[in-house]
Parts: sequence; structure tokens; C-alpha cells
Amino acid sequence: MIETLDKPVTESKPAPTIKNEKKLKRVLVICSKGKLEDVYAALVLANGALMEGIEAKMFFTFFGLEAITKKKADHLHTATVGNPAFMPGMPTMLGGLPGFEAFASYMMMKEMDKLDMPHVTEFLQMIEAGGGEIYACKLAADMFHLKKDDFLPEVKDIITVGDMYALADGEGTQIIFI
Amino acid sequence: METIVMNLPVNAEGYLLDPNTWTREWAQEIAQGYGITLTDKHWAVIEWLRKKQSEGVALTIRKVGTSGITDIKEFYQLFPGGPLKVSSKIAGIPKPVSCI
Repeated sequence: MIETLDKPVTESKPAPTIKNEKKLKRVLVICSKGKLEDVYAALVLANGALMEGIEAKMFFTFFGLEAITKKKADHLHTATVGNPAFMPGMPTMLGGLPGFEAFASYMMMKEMDKLDMPHVTEFLQMIEAGGGEIYACKLAADMFHLKKDDFLPEVKDIITVGDMYALADGEGTQIIFI
Repeated sequence: METIVMNLPVNAEGYLLDPNTWTREWAQEIAQGYGITLTDKHWAVIEWLRKKQSEGVALTIRKVGTSGITDIKEFYQLFPGGPLKVSSKIAGIPKPVSCI
């Protein structure tokens, strides 16, 4: 019996395969704080993961909800009181003067602009565009009387703590709490 | 990784040592390793990256998103598994050092 081949046999050169076997496959970043620096830390970590080809999910809870609330996301403040790392040597009382916190936050945002850091809403858009998922905590949303409509459109859903753990299910996942 | 594809020297992470030695054929071979078939859109991004890098611009995903060539969402789809790093490698330019 003679076998016929549809195509002539040619030697194909194997393409160089680039190993992309990462141990860390997914991160779940929980943001529980509403201070400018804490929110940015969470955003940088989630976005940085996506940049490395690592899946990223974000869960905002308690004061962290400010970062995904339409009215507040781009108006976060940095703490000037009770923050010993902020202008060391300066009497802490000064940090409590009216307008001081707003001024410090404005200065911080200015420095961030210089580094071409996006504002919170744009950062969240970038994360969503990169395949990241953003969620709000149900318990905290109920506590602060926030509805889906109060949140930015990038917020995928309002979920329970159980749902949040389901997001982190699977091998190679790390949970980061801020 | 230390693979020398088409005899062009690369560093330990596979980035081309000298962007001037880059060729389109080399880029195609590297892209193939990532399972990417380069389309006109890919080439447009690669050319843009090479141009900006030669001008000394610090490249970020955000800048690619505002390049007018592609948006961030499409950029992630074009170069899966870390778009800026993968595209920089294919474009034969140094590893990007941005955190954003």
C-alpha cells in the first residue's frame, strides 16, 4: 500500500521558544485605605503585575472605596497628621492647620505629575484596559450607603468577602493587603 | 535566557545589546518565540518604540496608549504577557525601566 501526502515533506525550523513559566500567576490587591499614598501603592502594584504578564484583581474596601467613588477618586488626600514620615522635624500640630492637608496633597500630586503618574481614575482605566478586574466590598459599600452607580464604570461588581477569596483561588496567587 | 537568535548578541534577559543591529527578520523570529505573528499594527508599534527610544524618551505603557497608534487595551492584546517588555524585546531596544 502506498501512502500519499497532500503536502511535500519539508523540514521546518523550530521557532525559538521563550520560557514564560512564572510561579506568580495572579495577584489580588486589597486596598482598605483612602490615603493618596496607600491608594497609589495598590494601583502601582496591580498595574505593575499586569505589565509583567501577571493577572491582577483589585478589591477596595472601607476607606479604600474612596478611590473608586466617582466624586472622590481624583481628590484623595495624603495624611499630614499622625504621619511621622511626613516632613520630619515639623511639629505635628502644623499638619492640622486648616488647608495644610489640601496644600500637601496638591504638592504631592504635582510631584506625581512630574513623574508622569496618571491620576486615580486614569490609573484605574489603565488597569481595566490591561485586563485587570476591579471590585468593591459589599459590606463597606452598604456601610457607606454606596451603590453601583456611585462607583466608577471600571468597577466590575460589588462582592462579598467570599467572592473575593474566590478571585484569589488557584495556584500561584498572592494576596496583597494595603 | 541566553539565546543568540540569528547571531545577534543579546543580554541575559534576551534584549538586543545594540539596537542598531536590529533587523525585521530578527524581530519576526523573536516574536515567533512569543507566539506572535507580526501584523502591520505590530510593526507600527515597534517602529514607534524604536523611534522614541532613539530620541531618549523613557517609555511607558501609558505613553504607548497616547501614541495615536494603539490604545492600552489593544497594546496588551498585541503583545500578551507583559506588553511593554515583550514589544521592547522584539523592537530590539533595552528593557524598559518604568514602574507605571
